[in-house]
Amino acid sequence: MWVRADRERCISGGRCMAATSDVFDQDDDGLVVVLTPSPAPEEEALVRRAAFLCPAQAIRISEKPPEG
Amino acid sequence: MTEAPPYPQKRTCPYEPPPGYQEIGERGPVLKVTLFDGREAWMVTGYRESREILTHPNLSSQRTHPGFPIVAPRFRSQIARNLALIAMDPPVHDTYRRYLNPHFSLRTVRGMRPQLEDIVSGYIDAIIDHGSPADLVPMLAVPLPSLVICRHLGVPYEDHDFFQDASGKVMLGTEEESATAAQDLVDYIDRLVAAQIKEPTDGLLGTLVRERVIPGDVGHDELVSIALVLLIAAHETTSSSLALGIITLLEHPDQLARVREDTARLPGAIEELLRYIATTDLVATRVAKGDIEIAGHLIREGEGVLVSGTLANRDDQVHLRAHEFDVLREDTHHLTFGFGIHQCLGQNLARLELEIALHQLLTRIPGLRLAVPVDELPILGAGTVQRVLQLPVEW
Repeated sequence: MWVRADRERCISGGRCMAATSDVFDQDDDGLVVVLTPSPAPEEEALVRRAAFLCPAQAIRISEKPPEG
Repeated sequence: MTEAPPYPQKRTCPYEPPPGYQEIGERGPVLKVTLFDGREAWMVTGYRESREILTHPNLSSQRTHPGFPIVAPRFRSQIARNLALIAMDPPVHDTYRRYLNPHFSLRTVRGMRPQLEDIVSGYIDAIIDHGSPADLVPMLAVPLPSLVICRHLGVPYEDHDFFQDASGKVMLGTEEESATAAQDLVDYIDRLVAAQIKEPTDGLLGTLVRERVIPGDVGHDELVSIALVLLIAAHETTSSSLALGIITLLEHPDQLARVREDTARLPGAIEELLRYIATTDLVATRVAKGDIEIAGHLIREGEGVLVSGTLANRDDQVHLRAHEFDVLREDTHHLTFGFGIHQCLGQNLARLELEIALHQLLTRIPGLRLAVPVDELPILGAGTVQRVLQLPVEW
């Protein structure tokens, strides 16, 4: 699993970091930071939950590494 | 029932949907309802449909729009129609939100835990000193959110009686009371902002003066408008969620026992409480600024749109045993803080206040129980924030 976050959409709700602070953090502006772009298999359910709960739908999950 | 049933309706139990909502839910996930003034608006009751519409680009928060649905007389005032953030669309909404996000992020709020634990501890000491029975509304639920937001903003707490009372009237009073109280609040905050501009202190208002007002990004009147919304939004919602949360736990002894068994379950239990009690009832009032197709219905430009948190939080399509209060459930997702770009700015602060208050209440006063039957607790009107006026407990 690969994870990206769209910081332009982020509204600092913190639902991602609440789901797993191993994968998501917030910077000084309150915006999402992805700590682990390719999380361990045991984190995957929490990452999917984070993406589901994100009010701004700013978290993108893919099965292949993002291009570019 | 008429073609378009009335909404909102009054609860008969502080944490259960009004009896009339069952039929509304059955006629959902999208239907027309009738507002207090006889106008009709679209109502969304499904969890998935609510998420879909709250992220739709044609949904607008502009309360000055002639089609905007007004759900109670008090929301007709000019001040209510021009609230910062709440009544705004992008791009201004997003700009303001960016200014405030760092001060309400989960990271920032987690840093406030020791300070919040001290504050709560003081209130619990006072309740224990007072002795059984005690009313948890004036002794905890009302003053706690007030003191916390005052400290965070840098508002002198000695004035809290005034704006606690005023923000209550804005949210819950008659149309005239609401308009007068809102103007009193604006006048008070106007003086406060002027003082901060002259000599900024350490709180959020002082920080916004230094970072945004002095460089010229935000004007005096804009800061007044932002501060007004932060003060009002922080008071009623957290206060009511705490009171209703306590009642719900005390009324479900088996669930309460599970939380007491392992207080690490408290954050999960709080999500379930937020889902179940749906303090805000309506999580959104909006107007369509273009056509919206949803669940086989066409909402036309200029028509009003409401989203029912009470119903969307108990959606059989997404919640197992939707009407059961279960602190161990996994599908606790809810719309009590809204969804989309307007999702509550203060949600992390509210959660932490609830967690610390419930934790100390349950561990320091183990025999806590309601002092009167739940159906004798006085509830205030129908509307957007559910509220009990008294919460007598004994131990």
